[in-house]
Amino acid sequence: MKLVLEGVQKRFGDRTVLAGVSLEVAEREVIAFVGSSGSGKSTLLRCVNLLEPIDDGRILLDGDDISVPGLAPDPIRRRIGMVFQSFNLFPHLSVVDNVALGPRKVLKVDKRTARERARELVARLGLADRADAFPDQLSGGQQQRVAIARSLAVEPEVMLLDEITSALDPELVGEVLDVVRELKSNGMTMILATHEMAFAREIADRVCFLHEGRILEQGAPEQLFTSPREPRTQQFLQRVIDSGRL
Amino acid sequence: MNDLVPGASDHPGTSASTPPSNERMSPDGELTRRQLFERRQRRRSIAIAATSTIVVIAALVILVPKTPGWYKVRRSFFDGDVFGETFPLLLEAFVKNLQIFAWCTPVILVWGMFIAICRNVRTPALFPLRLFAAAYTDIFRGVPVILTILLIGFGVPGLGLTRPYNSPYLWGSVALILAYSAYVAEVFRAGIESVHESQRAGARSLGLSSTQTMRHVILPQAVRRVIPPLMNDLVSLQKDVALVSLIGPIEILRRAGIEKSKFANFTPYVGAAIIFLVLTIPETRFVDWLVARERRRTSGTTVR
Repeated sequence: MKLVLEGVQKRFGDRTVLAGVSLEVAEREVIAFVGSSGSGKSTLLRCVNLLEPIDDGRILLDGDDISVPGLAPDPIRRRIGMVFQSFNLFPHLSVVDNVALGPRKVLKVDKRTARERARELVARLGLADRADAFPDQLSGGQQQRVAIARSLAVEPEVMLLDEITSALDPELVGEVLDVVRELKSNGMTMILATHEMAFAREIADRVCFLHEGRILEQGAPEQLFTSPREPRTQQFLQRVIDSGRL
Repeated sequence: MNDLVPGASDHPGTSASTPPSNERMSPDGELTRRQLFERRQRRRSIAIAATSTIVVIAALVILVPKTPGWYKVRRSFFDGDVFGETFPLLLEAFVKNLQIFAWCTPVILVWGMFIAICRNVRTPALFPLRLFAAAYTDIFRGVPVILTILLIGFGVPGLGLTRPYNSPYLWGSVALILAYSAYVAEVFRAGIESVHESQRAGARSLGLSSTQTMRHVILPQAVRRVIPPLMNDLVSLQKDVALVSLIGPIEILRRAGIEKSKFANFTPYVGAAIIFLVLTIPETRFVDWLVARERRRTSGTTVR
Protein backbone atom coordinates (compact mmCIF):
# COMPACT_ATOMS: atom_id res chain seq x y z
CA MET A 1 0.00 0.00 0.00
CA LYS A 2 1.30 3.30 -1.04
CA LEU A 3 -0.47 6.64 -0.96
CA VAL A 4 0.66 9.49 -3.19
CA LEU A 5 -0.61 13.06 -3.27
CA GLU A 6 0.32 15.12 -6.32
CA GLY A 7 -0.28 18.86 -6.18
CA VAL A 8 -3.60 18.54 -4.35
CA GLN A 9 -5.59 21.76 -4.37
CA LYS A 10 -8.81 22.56 -2.61
CA ARG A 11 -10.80 25.80 -2.61
CA PHE A 12 -13.92 26.72 -0.70
CA GLY A 13 -15.42 29.53 -2.76
CA ASP A 14 -12.54 31.91 -3.40
CA ARG A 15 -10.64 30.79 -0.33
CA THR A 16 -7.77 28.44 -1.12
CA VAL A 17 -7.39 25.88 1.66
CA LEU A 18 -4.93 23.53 -0.03
CA ALA A 19 -2.56 25.22 -2.45
CA GLY A 20 -0.84 22.20 -3.93
CA VAL A 21 0.14 19.49 -1.49
CA SER A 22 2.42 16.71 -2.68
CA LEU A 23 3.38 13.80 -0.51
CA GLU A 24 4.36 10.16 -0.71
CA VAL A 25 3.35 7.85 2.10
CA ALA A 26 5.07 4.50 2.20
CA GLU A 27 3.58 1.36 3.67
CA ARG A 28 3.77 1.26 7.51
CA GLU A 29 4.85 4.89 7.56
CA VAL A 30 3.39 7.27 10.13
CA ILE A 31 3.13 10.88 9.04
CA ALA A 32 2.12 13.71 11.32
CA PHE A 33 0.74 16.98 10.00
CA VAL A 34 1.28 19.91 12.31
CA GLY A 35 0.43 23.54 11.83
CA SER A 36 -1.82 26.22 13.23
CA SER A 37 -5.62 26.05 13.02
CA GLY A 38 -6.82 26.77 9.51
CA SER A 39 -3.60 25.60 7.88
CA GLY A 40 -5.56 22.89 6.03
CA LYS A 41 -4.73 19.77 8.05
CA SER A 42 -8.29 18.55 8.45
CA THR A 43 -9.27 19.47 4.91
CA LEU A 44 -6.32 17.48 3.62
CA LEU A 45 -7.44 14.37 5.48
CA ARG A 46 -11.04 14.82 4.37
CA CYS A 47 -9.83 15.10 0.76
CA VAL A 48 -7.80 11.91 1.03
CA ASN A 49 -10.90 10.13 2.32
CA LEU A 50 -12.90 11.62 -0.59
CA LEU A 51 -15.26 13.35 1.82
CA GLU A 52 -14.28 16.53 -0.04
CA PRO A 53 -13.66 16.52 -3.80
CA ILE A 54 -10.34 18.11 -4.73
CA ASP A 55 -10.14 20.92 -7.29
CA ASP A 56 -6.81 20.02 -8.82
CA GLY A 57 -4.03 17.47 -8.49
CA ARG A 58 -4.26 13.71 -8.00
CA ILE A 59 -4.47 11.24 -5.15
CA LEU A 60 -3.08 7.79 -5.91
CA LEU A 61 -3.74 4.71 -3.83
CA ASP A 62 -1.56 1.77 -4.91
CA GLY A 63 -0.99 3.59 -8.18
CA ASP A 64 -4.69 4.05 -8.94
CA ASP A 65 -5.98 7.58 -9.22
CA ILE A 66 -8.78 7.71 -6.65
CA SER A 67 -9.46 11.40 -7.19
CA VAL A 68 -10.99 10.97 -10.66
CA PRO A 69 -14.22 12.92 -10.59
CA GLY A 70 -17.21 10.61 -10.68
CA LEU A 71 -15.39 7.56 -9.35
CA ALA A 72 -17.52 5.55 -6.93
CA PRO A 73 -16.06 6.53 -3.56
CA ASP A 74 -17.47 3.81 -1.30
CA PRO A 75 -15.04 0.94 -2.06
CA ILE A 76 -12.12 3.36 -1.72
CA ARG A 77 -13.28 4.85 1.56
CA ARG A 78 -13.49 1.34 2.98
CA ARG A 79 -9.73 1.04 2.38
CA ILE A 80 -9.00 4.36 4.08
CA GLY A 81 -10.09 4.56 7.72
CA MET A 82 -10.89 7.90 9.28
CA VAL A 83 -11.20 8.95 12.91
CA PHE A 84 -12.72 12.36 13.65
CA GLN A 85 -12.04 14.98 16.27
CA SER A 86 -15.68 14.79 17.40
CA PHE A 87 -15.83 10.94 17.32
CA ASN A 88 -19.02 10.91 15.17
CA LEU A 89 -20.21 7.71 16.81
CA PHE A 90 -23.78 6.63 16.04
CA PRO A 91 -25.70 7.53 19.20
CA HIS A 92 -28.58 5.14 18.51
CA LEU A 93 -26.32 2.09 18.37
CA SER A 94 -24.49 0.35 21.19
CA VAL A 95 -20.70 0.19 21.14
CA VAL A 96 -20.75 -3.28 19.58
CA ASP A 97 -23.26 -2.26 16.93
CA ASN A 98 -21.31 0.90 16.12
CA VAL A 99 -18.28 -1.26 15.42
CA ALA A 100 -20.21 -4.05 13.67
CA LEU A 101 -22.16 -1.82 11.27
CA GLY A 102 -19.32 -1.33 8.80
CA PRO A 103 -18.39 -5.02 8.52
CA ARG A 104 -22.05 -6.02 8.20
CA LYS A 105 -22.97 -3.54 5.49
CA VAL A 106 -19.70 -3.01 3.66
CA LEU A 107 -17.86 -6.33 4.04
CA LYS A 108 -21.18 -8.26 4.09
CA VAL A 109 -20.24 -10.20 7.20
CA ASP A 110 -23.30 -11.78 8.82
CA LYS A 111 -24.62 -10.03 11.89
CA ARG A 112 -23.59 -12.59 14.49
CA THR A 113 -20.03 -12.91 13.27
CA ALA A 114 -19.72 -9.15 12.89
CA ARG A 115 -20.87 -8.56 16.45
CA GLU A 116 -18.56 -11.26 17.82
CA ARG A 117 -15.59 -9.74 16.03
CA ALA A 118 -16.64 -6.27 17.14
CA ARG A 119 -16.70 -7.49 20.72
CA GLU A 120 -13.16 -8.86 20.38
CA LEU A 121 -11.92 -5.67 18.78
CA VAL A 122 -13.50 -3.52 21.46
CA ALA A 123 -11.98 -5.74 24.12
CA ARG A 124 -8.56 -5.34 22.55
CA LEU A 125 -8.93 -1.58 22.97
CA GLY A 126 -9.69 -2.11 26.66
CA LEU A 127 -13.45 -1.58 26.50
CA ALA A 128 -14.72 -5.13 27.06
CA ASP A 129 -16.98 -4.02 29.90
CA ARG A 130 -18.50 -1.16 27.92
CA ALA A 131 -19.35 -3.18 24.80
CA ASP A 132 -23.09 -2.93 25.35
CA ALA A 133 -23.15 0.68 26.49
CA PHE A 134 -24.29 3.52 24.26
CA PRO A 135 -21.86 6.24 23.14
CA ASP A 136 -23.42 8.93 25.34
CA GLN A 137 -22.72 6.78 28.38
CA LEU A 138 -18.97 6.75 27.73
CA SER A 139 -16.21 9.21 28.51
CA GLY A 140 -14.63 11.11 25.63
CA GLY A 141 -11.56 8.88 25.68
CA GLN A 142 -13.69 5.75 25.58
CA GLN A 143 -15.79 7.17 22.74
CA GLN A 144 -12.70 7.94 20.72
CA ARG A 145 -11.37 4.43 21.26
CA VAL A 146 -14.70 3.05 20.03
CA ALA A 147 -14.42 5.31 16.99
CA ILE A 148 -10.97 3.88 16.27
CA ALA A 149 -12.34 0.36 16.67
CA ARG A 150 -15.22 1.19 14.32
CA SER A 151 -12.78 2.42 11.73
CA LEU A 152 -10.46 -0.59 12.13
CA ALA A 153 -13.37 -3.00 11.80
CA VAL A 154 -13.59 -2.55 8.02
CA GLU A 155 -9.89 -3.45 7.76
CA PRO A 156 -8.53 -0.25 6.23
CA GLU A 157 -5.06 -0.14 4.71
CA VAL A 158 -4.35 3.37 5.94
CA MET A 159 -5.77 5.36 8.85
CA LEU A 160 -6.41 9.09 8.87
CA LEU A 161 -6.56 10.51 12.38
CA ASP A 162 -7.99 14.02 12.43
CA GLU A 163 -7.00 15.73 15.70
CA ILE A 164 -8.41 12.79 17.56
CA THR A 165 -7.41 14.08 21.00
CA SER A 166 -8.45 17.71 20.58
CA ALA A 167 -11.91 17.24 22.07
CA LEU A 168 -10.62 15.28 25.07
CA ASP A 169 -9.88 16.27 28.64
CA PRO A 170 -6.11 16.18 29.20
CA GLU A 171 -6.25 13.13 31.46
CA LEU A 172 -8.11 11.15 28.77
CA VAL A 173 -5.63 11.87 25.99
CA GLY A 174 -3.21 9.17 27.13
CA GLU A 175 -5.56 6.23 26.69
CA VAL A 176 -6.27 7.24 23.09
CA LEU A 177 -2.61 7.80 22.26
CA ASP A 178 -1.82 4.35 23.67
CA VAL A 179 -4.13 2.89 21.06
CA VAL A 180 -2.33 4.81 18.30
CA ARG A 181 1.04 3.50 19.56
CA GLU A 182 -0.40 0.00 19.42
CA LEU A 183 -1.54 0.59 15.83
CA LYS A 184 1.92 1.74 14.88
CA SER A 185 3.56 -1.29 16.42
CA ASN A 186 1.18 -3.44 14.36
CA GLY A 187 2.46 -1.73 11.25
CA MET A 188 -0.56 0.41 10.37
CA THR A 189 0.06 3.19 7.87
CA MET A 190 -1.23 6.40 9.38
CA ILE A 191 -1.58 10.09 8.67
CA LEU A 192 -2.26 12.23 11.71
CA ALA A 193 -3.34 15.82 11.97
CA THR A 194 -2.43 16.76 15.50
CA HIS A 195 -1.77 19.46 18.05
CA GLU A 196 0.03 16.99 20.32
CA MET A 197 3.60 17.91 19.36
CA ALA A 198 5.21 15.63 21.89
CA PHE A 199 3.22 12.74 20.57
CA ALA A 200 3.93 13.60 16.93
CA ARG A 201 7.59 13.70 17.82
CA GLU A 202 7.41 10.31 19.50
CA ILE A 203 5.31 8.38 17.01
CA ALA A 204 5.80 9.92 13.57
CA ASP A 205 8.38 8.75 11.07
CA ARG A 206 8.00 12.05 9.34
CA VAL A 207 6.50 15.37 10.37
CA CYS A 208 5.06 17.83 7.84
CA PHE A 209 4.54 21.45 8.76
CA LEU A 210 1.50 22.75 6.90
CA HIS A 211 1.24 26.47 6.38
CA GLU A 212 -1.37 28.28 4.29
CA GLY A 213 -2.27 25.12 2.41
CA ARG A 214 1.29 24.04 1.59
CA ILE A 215 3.80 21.69 3.14
CA LEU A 216 6.34 24.32 4.07
CA GLU A 217 8.78 21.94 5.64
CA GLN A 218 9.02 18.25 6.34
CA GLY A 219 11.51 15.92 7.87
CA ALA A 220 12.27 13.47 10.63
CA PRO A 221 10.67 14.60 13.90
CA GLU A 222 13.99 15.27 15.64
CA GLN A 223 15.19 17.45 12.78
CA LEU A 224 11.93 19.38 12.38
CA PHE A 225 11.34 19.97 16.07
CA THR A 226 14.91 20.78 17.08
CA SER A 227 16.34 22.56 14.04
CA PRO A 228 13.57 23.76 11.73
CA ARG A 229 14.85 25.53 8.64
CA GLU A 230 11.91 27.77 7.82
CA PRO A 231 11.28 30.90 9.90
CA ARG A 232 7.53 30.14 9.84
CA THR A 233 8.13 26.71 11.33
CA GLN A 234 10.38 28.25 13.97
CA GLN A 235 7.67 30.78 14.84
CA PHE A 236 5.03 28.09 15.07
CA LEU A 237 7.17 25.86 17.26
CA GLN A 238 8.10 28.81 19.44
CA ARG A 239 4.40 29.51 20.04
CA VAL A 240 3.83 25.85 20.87
CA ILE A 241 6.75 25.89 23.30
CA ASP A 242 5.53 29.12 24.86
CA SER A 243 2.13 27.61 25.51
CA GLY A 244 3.85 24.64 27.18
CA ARG A 245 2.76 21.99 24.67
CA LEU A 246 6.14 20.62 23.65
CA MET B 1 -48.35 27.83 56.40
CA ASN B 2 -45.57 30.37 56.79
CA ASP B 3 -43.78 28.26 54.17
CA LEU B 4 -46.06 29.85 51.60
CA VAL B 5 -44.89 33.32 52.45
CA PRO B 6 -42.17 34.38 50.07
CA GLY B 7 -39.24 36.07 51.69
CA ALA B 8 -35.71 35.75 52.96
CA SER B 9 -36.27 32.19 54.16
CA ASP B 10 -36.58 31.07 50.51
CA HIS B 11 -32.92 31.63 50.00
CA PRO B 12 -30.83 28.48 50.31
CA GLY B 13 -28.11 30.28 52.17
CA THR B 14 -30.41 31.20 55.00
CA SER B 15 -32.52 28.08 55.16
CA ALA B 16 -30.38 26.42 57.78
CA SER B 17 -30.77 29.32 60.16
CA THR B 18 -34.56 29.32 59.93
CA PRO B 19 -35.67 25.74 59.32
CA PRO B 20 -39.38 25.06 59.82
CA SER B 21 -39.89 23.24 63.10
CA ASN B 22 -40.93 19.92 61.54
CA GLU B 23 -37.80 19.74 59.35
CA ARG B 24 -35.09 20.45 61.84
CA MET B 25 -32.02 18.47 60.96
CA SER B 26 -32.00 15.11 62.68
CA PRO B 27 -29.26 14.55 65.27
CA ASP B 28 -27.32 12.18 63.04
CA GLY B 29 -27.43 14.82 60.29
CA GLU B 30 -29.06 12.72 57.58
CA LEU B 31 -30.33 15.64 55.50
CA THR B 32 -27.97 18.21 54.10
CA ARG B 33 -28.84 21.85 54.06
CA ARG B 34 -29.56 21.57 50.36
CA GLN B 35 -31.89 18.57 50.76
CA LEU B 36 -33.79 20.41 53.47
CA PHE B 37 -34.15 23.39 51.21
CA GLU B 38 -35.31 21.28 48.29
CA ARG B 39 -37.80 19.42 50.42
CA ARG B 40 -39.21 22.66 51.67
CA GLN B 41 -39.43 24.02 48.12
CA ARG B 42 -41.17 20.86 46.98
CA ARG B 43 -43.75 20.99 49.73
CA ARG B 44 -44.34 24.62 49.04
CA SER B 45 -44.92 23.99 45.32
CA ILE B 46 -47.35 21.17 46.07
CA ALA B 47 -49.26 23.36 48.52
CA ILE B 48 -49.54 26.19 46.03
CA ALA B 49 -50.56 23.91 43.17
CA ALA B 50 -53.19 22.15 45.31
CA THR B 51 -54.64 25.41 46.60
CA SER B 52 -54.94 27.02 43.20
CA THR B 53 -56.48 23.90 41.70
CA ILE B 54 -59.08 23.71 44.44
CA VAL B 55 -59.90 27.39 44.06
CA VAL B 56 -60.39 27.10 40.31
CA ILE B 57 -62.49 23.95 40.50
CA ALA B 58 -64.60 25.39 43.31
CA ALA B 59 -65.16 28.54 41.31
CA LEU B 60 -66.29 26.51 38.30
CA VAL B 61 -68.59 24.28 40.35
CA ILE B 62 -70.11 27.18 42.23
CA LEU B 63 -70.19 29.88 39.58
CA VAL B 64 -71.14 28.06 36.37
CA PRO B 65 -74.50 26.77 37.73
CA LYS B 66 -75.27 30.36 38.75
CA THR B 67 -75.24 31.49 35.10
CA PRO B 68 -78.74 32.21 33.74
CA GLY B 69 -78.57 29.58 30.97
CA TRP B 70 -77.09 26.76 33.04
CA TYR B 71 -80.34 24.93 33.55
CA LYS B 72 -80.97 24.70 29.80
CA VAL B 73 -77.39 23.79 28.99
CA ARG B 74 -77.37 21.02 31.55
CA ARG B 75 -80.58 19.61 30.17
CA SER B 76 -79.48 19.65 26.54
CA PHE B 77 -75.79 18.67 26.94
CA PHE B 78 -75.64 16.53 30.08
CA ASP B 79 -78.82 14.51 30.02
CA GLY B 80 -78.13 11.25 31.84
CA ASP B 81 -80.93 9.28 30.17
CA VAL B 82 -79.96 10.32 26.68
CA PHE B 83 -76.35 9.59 27.50
CA GLY B 84 -77.17 6.10 28.72
CA GLU B 85 -79.25 5.35 25.67
CA THR B 86 -76.90 6.70 23.00
CA PHE B 87 -73.50 5.84 24.42
CA PRO B 88 -73.48 2.18 23.29
CA LEU B 89 -74.48 3.28 19.78
CA LEU B 90 -71.68 5.81 19.75
CA LEU B 91 -69.18 3.18 20.85
CA GLU B 92 -70.38 0.90 18.11
CA ALA B 93 -69.96 3.66 15.52
CA PHE B 94 -66.53 4.49 16.92
CA VAL B 95 -65.30 1.08 15.75
CA LYS B 96 -65.60 2.50 12.22
CA ASN B 97 -63.31 5.39 13.20
CA LEU B 98 -60.83 2.94 14.64
CA GLN B 99 -60.91 0.86 11.47
CA ILE B 100 -60.32 3.84 9.22
CA PHE B 101 -57.54 5.04 11.53
CA ALA B 102 -56.00 1.59 11.65
CA TRP B 103 -55.67 1.13 7.93
CA CYS B 104 -54.73 4.73 7.20
CA THR B 105 -51.90 5.00 9.73
CA PRO B 106 -49.44 2.46 8.29
CA VAL B 107 -50.04 3.71 4.76
CA ILE B 108 -49.48 7.32 5.89
CA LEU B 109 -46.25 6.43 7.67
CA VAL B 110 -44.82 4.53 4.72
CA TRP B 111 -46.01 6.99 2.10
CA GLY B 112 -44.93 9.99 4.19
CA MET B 113 -41.49 8.48 4.65
CA PHE B 114 -41.25 7.86 0.91
CA ILE B 115 -42.13 11.50 0.17
CA ALA B 116 -39.63 12.72 2.77
CA ILE B 117 -36.83 10.61 1.27
CA CYS B 118 -37.77 11.82 -2.23
CA ARG B 119 -37.30 15.38 -1.08
CA ASN B 120 -33.76 14.52 0.03
CA VAL B 121 -32.78 12.77 -3.19
CA ARG B 122 -29.72 14.37 -4.75
CA THR B 123 -29.32 12.22 -7.86
CA PRO B 124 -30.05 14.33 -10.97
CA ALA B 125 -31.89 11.48 -12.68
CA LEU B 126 -34.34 11.41 -9.81
CA PHE B 127 -35.00 15.15 -9.88
CA PRO B 128 -38.60 14.65 -11.09
CA LEU B 129 -39.19 12.63 -7.91
CA ARG B 130 -37.95 15.56 -5.83
CA LEU B 131 -40.13 17.97 -7.72
CA PHE B 132 -43.11 15.69 -7.27
CA ALA B 133 -42.49 15.40 -3.53
CA ALA B 134 -42.21 19.16 -3.10
CA ALA B 135 -45.38 19.81 -5.09
CA TYR B 136 -47.19 17.05 -3.22
CA THR B 137 -46.46 18.47 0.23
CA ASP B 138 -47.18 22.01 -0.91
CA ILE B 139 -50.59 21.06 -2.28
CA PHE B 140 -51.85 18.76 0.44
CA ARG B 141 -50.56 20.85 3.31
CA GLY B 142 -52.09 23.92 1.75
CA VAL B 143 -55.61 22.57 1.31
CA PRO B 144 -57.81 22.08 4.39
CA VAL B 145 -58.27 18.38 5.13
CA ILE B 146 -62.02 18.80 4.96
CA LEU B 147 -61.81 20.11 1.40
CA THR B 148 -59.55 17.26 0.33
CA ILE B 149 -62.12 14.84 1.70
CA LEU B 150 -65.02 16.53 -0.05
CA LEU B 151 -63.21 16.86 -3.37
CA ILE B 152 -61.90 13.31 -3.46
CA GLY B 153 -64.86 11.74 -1.70
CA PHE B 154 -67.40 13.18 -4.10
CA GLY B 155 -65.17 13.74 -7.11
CA VAL B 156 -63.51 10.38 -7.71
CA PRO B 157 -66.62 8.17 -7.38
CA GLY B 158 -68.24 10.63 -9.79
CA LEU B 159 -65.98 9.22 -12.49
CA GLY B 160 -68.54 6.47 -12.77
CA LEU B 161 -66.91 3.90 -10.54
CA THR B 162 -69.08 0.99 -9.49
CA ARG B 163 -69.29 -0.90 -6.24
CA PRO B 164 -67.13 -1.53 -4.32
CA TYR B 165 -64.83 1.06 -5.86
CA ASN B 166 -67.13 3.95 -5.17
CA SER B 167 -67.19 3.35 -1.44
CA PRO B 168 -66.96 6.52 0.65
CA TYR B 169 -64.83 4.57 3.12
CA LEU B 170 -62.29 3.97 0.42
CA TRP B 171 -62.14 7.52 -0.92
CA GLY B 172 -62.48 9.12 2.49
CA SER B 173 -59.48 7.06 3.59
CA VAL B 174 -57.56 7.97 0.46
CA ALA B 175 -58.20 11.66 1.14
CA LEU B 176 -57.00 11.32 4.73
CA ILE B 177 -53.91 9.45 3.57
CA LEU B 178 -53.07 12.09 0.98
CA ALA B 179 -53.49 14.96 3.41
CA TYR B 180 -51.77 13.41 6.41
CA SER B 181 -48.86 11.86 4.56
CA ALA B 182 -47.96 15.40 3.49
CA TYR B 183 -47.80 16.49 7.14
CA VAL B 184 -45.96 13.35 8.16
CA ALA B 185 -43.50 13.76 5.28
CA GLU B 186 -42.58 17.21 6.54
CA VAL B 187 -42.08 15.86 10.05
CA PHE B 188 -39.80 13.10 8.73
CA ARG B 189 -37.92 15.59 6.58
CA ALA B 190 -37.29 17.85 9.56
CA GLY B 191 -35.99 14.81 11.44
CA ILE B 192 -33.69 13.81 8.60
CA GLU B 193 -32.29 17.31 8.33
CA SER B 194 -31.75 17.52 12.10
CA VAL B 195 -29.18 14.71 12.02
CA HIS B 196 -25.79 16.37 11.97
CA GLU B 197 -23.63 16.18 8.87
CA SER B 198 -20.84 14.57 10.92
CA GLN B 199 -22.98 11.44 11.24
CA ARG B 200 -23.04 11.17 7.47
CA ALA B 201 -19.26 11.70 7.38
CA GLY B 202 -18.78 8.99 10.00
CA ALA B 203 -20.89 6.52 8.05
CA ARG B 204 -19.52 7.34 4.61
CA SER B 205 -15.91 7.12 5.88
CA LEU B 206 -16.57 3.45 6.67
CA GLY B 207 -17.53 2.86 3.06
CA LEU B 208 -21.29 2.80 3.55
CA SER B 209 -23.19 3.91 0.46
CA SER B 210 -25.51 6.90 0.67
CA THR B 211 -28.51 4.57 0.74
CA GLN B 212 -27.00 2.49 3.53
CA THR B 213 -26.12 5.64 5.42
CA MET B 214 -29.70 6.85 5.13
CA ARG B 215 -31.13 3.49 6.13
CA HIS B 216 -28.87 2.58 9.04
CA VAL B 217 -27.55 5.86 10.40
CA ILE B 218 -29.73 8.84 9.46
CA LEU B 219 -33.26 7.45 9.51
CA PRO B 220 -33.07 5.61 12.85
CA GLN B 221 -31.95 8.82 14.54
CA ALA B 222 -34.37 11.00 12.58
CA VAL B 223 -37.37 8.82 13.39
CA ARG B 224 -36.55 8.69 17.11
CA ARG B 225 -36.32 12.45 17.21
CA VAL B 226 -39.64 13.06 15.51
CA ILE B 227 -41.73 10.56 17.43
CA PRO B 228 -43.39 13.27 19.58
CA PRO B 229 -44.48 15.50 16.65
CA LEU B 230 -45.37 12.37 14.68
CA MET B 231 -47.68 11.22 17.44
CA ASN B 232 -49.18 14.67 17.50
CA ASP B 233 -50.14 14.20 13.88
CA LEU B 234 -51.55 10.74 14.54
CA VAL B 235 -53.69 11.95 17.43
CA SER B 236 -54.86 14.69 15.13
CA LEU B 237 -55.60 12.12 12.42
CA GLN B 238 -57.65 10.13 14.87
CA LYS B 239 -59.85 13.16 15.37
CA ASP B 240 -59.99 14.06 11.70
CA VAL B 241 -61.27 10.60 10.79
CA ALA B 242 -64.58 12.08 11.95
CA LEU B 243 -64.53 14.40 8.95
CA VAL B 244 -65.08 11.40 6.69
CA SER B 245 -68.67 11.48 7.97
CA LEU B 246 -69.24 14.39 5.59
CA ILE B 247 -69.19 12.07 2.59
CA GLY B 248 -71.39 9.37 4.03
CA PRO B 249 -69.96 6.74 6.39
CA ILE B 250 -71.80 6.47 9.67
CA GLU B 251 -68.94 6.80 12.11
CA ILE B 252 -69.13 8.32 15.54
CA LEU B 253 -69.69 11.96 14.61
CA ARG B 254 -72.41 11.05 12.13
CA ARG B 255 -74.00 8.71 14.65
CA ALA B 256 -73.91 11.42 17.31
CA GLY B 257 -75.59 13.79 14.85
CA ILE B 258 -78.33 11.26 14.11
CA GLU B 259 -78.94 10.64 17.80
CA LYS B 260 -78.89 14.36 18.47
CA SER B 261 -81.72 14.83 15.98
CA LYS B 262 -83.64 11.89 17.36
CA PHE B 263 -83.57 13.15 20.96
CA ALA B 264 -83.36 16.86 20.11
CA ASN B 265 -80.52 16.87 22.61
CA PHE B 266 -76.78 17.56 22.36
CA THR B 267 -75.68 14.97 24.92
CA PRO B 268 -74.51 12.49 22.21
CA TYR B 269 -71.86 15.02 21.21
CA VAL B 270 -70.55 15.09 24.75
CA GLY B 271 -70.55 11.31 24.74
CA ALA B 272 -68.53 11.31 21.50
CA ALA B 273 -66.07 13.81 22.95
CA ILE B 274 -65.57 11.57 25.99
CA ILE B 275 -64.90 8.56 23.77
CA PHE B 276 -62.24 10.48 21.85
CA LEU B 277 -60.56 11.67 25.04
CA VAL B 278 -60.51 8.22 26.60
CA LEU B 279 -58.39 7.13 23.66
CA THR B 280 -56.24 10.15 22.89
CA ILE B 281 -55.12 11.07 26.41
CA PRO B 282 -53.59 7.66 27.23
CA GLU B 283 -52.05 7.62 23.75
CA THR B 284 -50.15 10.83 24.32
CA ARG B 285 -49.04 9.73 27.78
CA PHE B 286 -47.85 6.43 26.37
CA VAL B 287 -45.75 8.25 23.79
CA ASP B 288 -44.25 10.50 26.47
CA TRP B 289 -43.31 7.36 28.33
CA LEU B 290 -41.75 5.76 25.23
CA VAL B 291 -39.66 8.85 24.58
CA ALA B 292 -38.49 9.05 28.19
CA ARG B 293 -37.57 5.36 28.15
CA GLU B 294 -35.51 5.74 24.99
CA ARG B 295 -33.71 8.71 26.50
CA ARG B 296 -32.91 6.72 29.66
CA ARG B 297 -31.64 3.83 27.58
CA THR B 298 -29.16 5.75 25.44
CA SER B 299 -28.17 8.83 27.39
CA GLY B 300 -25.33 9.20 29.81
CA THR B 301 -27.13 11.24 32.43
CA THR B 302 -28.78 8.32 34.21
CA VAL B 303 -26.72 5.95 36.33
CA ARG B 304 -27.39 2.33 35.47
